[in-house]
Amino acid sequence: METISLFVKSVFVDNMIFAYFLGMCSFLAVSKNVKTSAGLGIAVIFVLGITLPINYLLNKYILTPGALIWLSPSLADIDLSFLSFIIFIAVIASFTQLVEMIVEKFSPSLYSSLGIFLPLIAVNCAILGASLFMQEKAFATLGEATVYGLGSGFGWFIAIVSIAAIREKITYSNVPKALQGLGITFIISGLMAIAFMSFMGIKF
Amino acid sequence: MAMDKKIFTTPILKSNPITVLVLGICSSLAVTVKLEPALVMAVSVTIVTGLSSFLISLIRKTIPNRIRIIVQLVVVAMFVILIQQILKAYAYDVSKQLSVYVGLIITNCIIMGRIEAFGLNEKPLPSLVDGLANGLGYGLILVIVAFIRELFGSGTLLGIQVIPQSFYEAGYMNNGLFIMPPMALILIGCFIWIQRIFQKEESK
Repeated sequence: METISLFVKSVFVDNMIFAYFLGMCSFLAVSKNVKTSAGLGIAVIFVLGITLPINYLLNKYILTPGALIWLSPSLADIDLSFLSFIIFIAVIASFTQLVEMIVEKFSPSLYSSLGIFLPLIAVNCAILGASLFMQEKAFATLGEATVYGLGSGFGWFIAIVSIAAIREKITYSNVPKALQGLGITFIISGLMAIAFMSFMGIKF
Repeated sequence: MAMDKKIFTTPILKSNPITVLVLGICSSLAVTVKLEPALVMAVSVTIVTGLSSFLISLIRKTIPNRIRIIVQLVVVAMFVILIQQILKAYAYDVSKQLSVYVGLIITNCIIMGRIEAFGLNEKPLPSLVDGLANGLGYGLILVIVAFIRELFGSGTLLGIQVIPQSFYEAGYMNNGLFIMPPMALILIGCFIWIQRIFQKEESK
């Protein structure tokens, strides 16, 4: 039950975009039509679901104060937490590069539909943000961290697909000239964020 | 010298990184609830953008093209770690408020965007100026948004009460919506609207 609650919470209540503004750049840039945004959304779920457990293990066994104790007791008071940014970002960047190469090799069709988004993901704030939140929330088990990663990815997916659907429709509406495009997108996402606020307090 | 001045002034107003280029919204809107963290964030981003652009530009001829993103991320991450450690040492309260968002400067698209677009091709000194100016343009919007949100949301500026007590006695209330995340999005939307209206007049 805890796990489901955590999943629902990370999808709706702590939605990466509407509650923390993470991954806004690609959210605004790639949300022009539903199909490409769904592709990017899936890529984000995928990368989050894999990098988060990796970063969790790195954090637990290398970065937190005294974490190196499993190597030798004399390392007990070493605190490497200041290195966490650089390690997390290195994991994310190298992982996206790796995934890109694997996908390119084994599934060229998936690569052509997804490939362009993979390098973009390395600088998607949602990925690094999830790792940093994971570090701050101090999850107890690897499972929880994975669920959190998948949940936030899924929340991001929902957000980008729904805004893309709205933007597709809004091209037919009569929006004031100066507000067209970017301006109205911001305001819509603001309104959507208000809608998502109604999920606050959901518990299972 | 005239060219240097142009490099400096364009990013602040004409091609402001937030309202025109839509870069770097990711990690920043969440810190605009209060003016103080927004100011700190603006200064940190300016420093990181300037210095990392400068450093990348210095070593631009030795970076292999294929792994340039990882190199850039490592350089940026190094500066961000420096900033984080300095904040922790001298402004602990603010660094607690900014929490993960300091780390997220790494994935701030402004920095990567400027490095890609400018630092990789230009000489170190113009890159430094360009980075600083973009950071300032970004900080400007951040500070304006934070100013409005803190003034209407909490009735204070930098933690000092601005709206006189007599207003509250006469029935004035703080607008709670301004503290919520959606309002930041809507405010930025309005900025873009206003800026586009003025720019259209300019081009006429």
